[in-house]
Amino acid sequence: MADTPIQAAPHEARAPEVPSVAEVLQDLAKTSILKVQNYSKLSYHSITNLATGPRYAQDTLDQMDDIGVGSLPIVLLSGFFIGAVMVLQTGTQFERFGQASLTGDIVSLALVRELGPSITGLLVAGRCSSGIASELGSMVVTEQVDAMRAMGTDPSRKLVTPRVLATLITLPLLTTISVFVGLLGGMVASVLSLRINATTFWERAIKILEFSDIMQGFSKTVVFAFLIATVGCYQGLNVRGGTQGVGRATTQAVVVASVLIIISDTFLTKVALYLADKFF
Amino acid sequence: MATGQPSIEFKDVRLGFSEGEILRGVTFSAQERETVILLGETGTGKTLLLKLASGLLRPDSGSIRVLGKNISGIPESELLEMRRQIGFVFQEGALFDSLTVGENVAYRLREDAVDEVEIEPRIKEVLRFVELAHTTDLLPSELSGGMRRRVAIARALVSRPPIVLYDSPTAGLDPITSQAIISLILRLRDVYGVTALLATHRLQDGFALANFHFDPQSRKVRRDSSLELSHAAPTRFLVLRAGEIYFEGTPDALMKSPDPYLQRFLI
Repeated sequence: MADTPIQAAPHEARAPEVPSVAEVLQDLAKTSILKVQNYSKLSYHSITNLATGPRYAQDTLDQMDDIGVGSLPIVLLSGFFIGAVMVLQTGTQFERFGQASLTGDIVSLALVRELGPSITGLLVAGRCSSGIASELGSMVVTEQVDAMRAMGTDPSRKLVTPRVLATLITLPLLTTISVFVGLLGGMVASVLSLRINATTFWERAIKILEFSDIMQGFSKTVVFAFLIATVGCYQGLNVRGGTQGVGRATTQAVVVASVLIIISDTFLTKVALYLADKFF
Repeated sequence: MATGQPSIEFKDVRLGFSEGEILRGVTFSAQERETVILLGETGTGKTLLLKLASGLLRPDSGSIRVLGKNISGIPESELLEMRRQIGFVFQEGALFDSLTVGENVAYRLREDAVDEVEIEPRIKEVLRFVELAHTTDLLPSELSGGMRRRVAIARALVSRPPIVLYDSPTAGLDPITSQAIISLILRLRDVYGVTALLATHRLQDGFALANFHFDPQSRKVRRDSSLELSHAAPTRFLVLRAGEIYFEGTPDALMKSPDPYLQRFLI
C-alpha cells in the first residue's frame, strides 16, 4: 500500500481537429467494413455455438413460442387473404380465356415458390426482427448484457443462438401453415367468385406442385429465417445512444431484414430455377 | 496466485475511443483484501477501469493482471471463466428485468449447473445478508432503487468471488439508502474478506469504508479506533483526473493534502 501519495499534473485539453473530406470517407468505409465483419462474426458464431456447450434448450423453446406461436395469428390471417386475393386477381384474367380452372395451378405455384416464403418472411421480420432488436437493445442500454458477460455467460450463446435456432425451426413451419391457409383462402374465393368446384381447385393446386417447387420455397424460408434473427440480434446488440438508440435499432432491424429478404429472394429464385433445371 | 502478489494489477494501461484517449497510462494495484476507492469526476474513466479489470473491455496497451493472470490478451472464452471469480455490481444494478429477484441471484449458480437443492439455501442466505429475504418472488421493477442495488450486491456475492467491483453503488440514492449500501459493502469486506475496487464520486463513501468496520460479534458497524485500524482491511484512494491517476494514497493523506483539486472533493 502506498503511504506516500503521488500526484500528477492534469493533461491540457487540446482543441478538436476538423477532419478532411477524405478522412470522413475513409472513416465511413472503415465503419461499413467493420459492421459487415461484426455481422459476419455474429452470424458465424450463432451457428458454430451449437457444436459446443453450454446450450440453452429452454431459451430456444421460449423463443420458439414467442416467434413461432406468437406470429401464428398474423400469418394465418394474412395467408388466407393473400390466397383469396391471388385468386380474385388471376381468376378474372383466366376467365377471359375460358381457363378459370388454371387458377388453382397458378395460385399454388405462386404461394409455394414465392409468396408464402417471402410474405411470411416479411411479416415475421416486421414482428420478430424488431422484437429481437428492441429486447436485446434494451438489455444493452441497461447493462444487462454486460452483467451477463461479467457473470461468465457468453451473450452469443445465451441470446443469439437460441433466437437464430428458434427462427430457423419456426419460419419453415409458419410458411407451410401460411401456404396451406393461403390455398384454403384461394379455394374459398374461387368457389364464391369464380364458381369453380372446390375439389377441382384443390386437386389442380396439389398436382401442379413438384419436388423442386417445395424445395425452392423451403430453402428460401431457411435463408430468410437466418437473416431475420441475425439482423435483429446484430442491431440489438450494437445499440448506441440509450432509448433513442433502441428505437433506431428496432427500425433498422425491420428495414435491413426486409430489404435483405427481398434482395436474397431474387438470387435464391435464380439459383433454385437453375438447380431445378439441372437436377430435378 | 502466488502469495504476496496483488489481486489486481494495472501497468501503464491506455484506452481510447473515437473521441480520444480516455485512460492515459494508468498504473496501480490492489492487494488481497484491500479496498481501493476510485474517486473522480464523471467521465474520468472510473467505470472503464472496472470494466477493464473484469475483462469487459480490453486495453489498447499496457497489462492487467487479475489473480495473477494477465487478462489483457487472453481470448473471450478464457475471460468468461476468469470472470466467474469476480463479482460486478453495476451502477444501476443491471438486474435481468424479466427474471425475479430469486432468479437473478441464482443466475450464476444455474449457469454453473449447481444442484437445485443447493441453490435454494444459497439464495436465501445472500438475500438475508442484504436484508431482502422477502423479495425472492418480486420482479426488479417492483423494487426501489436502493433495493435493486442490494439485490445486485447479493447477485455478485452468491458465488463467493474473491474480488468484487462496485460501479458507483450509491449514485442517485438518498443519504440513508447510500449509508445502508455502504454498510453492506463493509460487511461484505469484513465477513468474506473480498478485494474490492469501488468507483465513486462521493468522498464520504470512501471515508466510511476506511473508518468503519463490521463487528461480527455484535453484528454492528463500528467506527475504528486507532488500535483496530491497524488490523482492519486496508483502504486506499486513487483519484483520477483526465485519464490519469492524480493522487494515490491513504485516506489520511488525502485529507491532509493541500492540493486545490483534491480539496474540492473534501468540501
